[in-house]
Amino acid sequence: MLASDKSSLKRTPLHGLHVARGGKMVPFAGYEMPVQFPAGVLKEHLHTRSAAGLFDVSHMGQLALRAKSGKVEDAALALERLVPQDILAVGPGRQRYAQFTNSDGGILDDLMVANFGDHLFLVVNAACKAEDEAHLRAHLSETCIIDSLSQRALIALQGPKAESALANLCGDVATMRFMDTGPRKVAGFDCFVSRSGYTGEDGFEISVPAEQAEALVALLLDNPDVLPIGLGARDSLRLEAGLCLYGHDLDTTTTPVEGALEWSVQKSRRSGGARAGGFPGAEKILSQFETGASRRRVGLRAQGRAPVREGAVLFADSASGEPVGNVTSGGFGPSLSAPVAMGYLPTALAANGTQVFAEVRGQRLPLQVAAMPFVPNTYKR
Amino acid sequence: MTTLFTSDHEWLRIEGDVATIGVTDYAQSQLGDVVFVELPKVGRALKKAEAAAVVESVKAASDVYAPISGEVIEVNEALAAEPALVNSDAGGKAWFFKLKIADKSELGGLMDEAAYKAHTA
Repeated sequence: MLASDKSSLKRTPLHGLHVARGGKMVPFAGYEMPVQFPAGVLKEHLHTRSAAGLFDVSHMGQLALRAKSGKVEDAALALERLVPQDILAVGPGRQRYAQFTNSDGGILDDLMVANFGDHLFLVVNAACKAEDEAHLRAHLSETCIIDSLSQRALIALQGPKAESALANLCGDVATMRFMDTGPRKVAGFDCFVSRSGYTGEDGFEISVPAEQAEALVALLLDNPDVLPIGLGARDSLRLEAGLCLYGHDLDTTTTPVEGALEWSVQKSRRSGGARAGGFPGAEKILSQFETGASRRRVGLRAQGRAPVREGAVLFADSASGEPVGNVTSGGFGPSLSAPVAMGYLPTALAANGTQVFAEVRGQRLPLQVAAMPFVPNTYKR
Repeated sequence: MTTLFTSDHEWLRIEGDVATIGVTDYAQSQLGDVVFVELPKVGRALKKAEAAAVVESVKAASDVYAPISGEVIEVNEALAAEPALVNSDAGGKAWFFKLKIADKSELGGLMDEAAYKAHTA
């Protein structure tokens, strides 16, 4: 998108605060978002790993899904028609990672699904939120009411000091475990707080009414442990954590099995399970569980210092041969002080330790398939 | 000793028939944290405007172009080992390479410091 299109970009409720803090604003998914603050990507990244980072993710979509019956179980069963996850098993106050699939088994979007006791709360990607909402309405309107919670902002507070920073404003956060979620008062505001995030660090995601977002963020930033973090460091943090970025590492041409997300499809939805299949693309996805997929998302570590970026073509051989895959996310991992990447390779080349080559500026750089996360996560389980 | 600048945000320090080349402080401020530098091989004959080196920040890769034609006579190995020097001392320790100037008339098209300051203002 050209800079001249900036007038058509949407702004989050925290836009003024970003500008006041020196955020470098760029277009992202139809929004004007801070890519970095004056500290810079490297320092922001390292600060999040050593203290706490505050991220504005208000561009993401927040939705409430309610069954007309009033029972959350009925909303869960309805949603299971669109995702390969066991949503019925998500207990009150818990959340789970999921994907909307299409009839080819490809991924339309990935999302978080929370059980708020009487309804489900969904968080979806910014670039997909209109399509996701339409998809929910098209398939679930008969039995469910779908509300877009567009009047809410969403912030993430991530890092080892996130708990202490939030505990000042919200009494019981210390008792929450990874993936616990639900309505909480934070600084007196009606928030939804989940212990989750997109950095590999312990931390929280806080949904707050738009008109109170700036006040809440100002309170959090009063704490010297907390710095505002831009999208640049958000990307390097999630990449080191081995977490997928939709539209890059996952898209409509990748299935959950190809995307190495088997862990996210519970046994109850697989062949032989209590509610096996019954989601778009089930035939293909479940057959891939039996026979494997021809390609797989893998982690890649470089031997040299040159970052290998998205789009780099992968080869099995240092000199000849056809391309075997490509890099879908890649860059420099500040915590590792080394390049990290993820990409797709034929299953035969997907084992950890396999050497492949990425073409960068006409040269083939050696890479090794490596286990993810690249940086161990610190979730409070 | 004369220091000249290009519109691509490189600086050249001219000493006799040798030009030492780096990127400007303005360039590093736009690039962000530099994590990788690829330097040309010593002995390579560069033509003016040819991609000579690569500088990668956490955000993206950028080419450094030869501002003038010449033969690479020395490269800054210390910079390859510590790319962050570009951020801390762009105009000094973070020089990239030295060229034996092939054609001094090519210097005529470059900016002096005042002109470069106006260019980045």
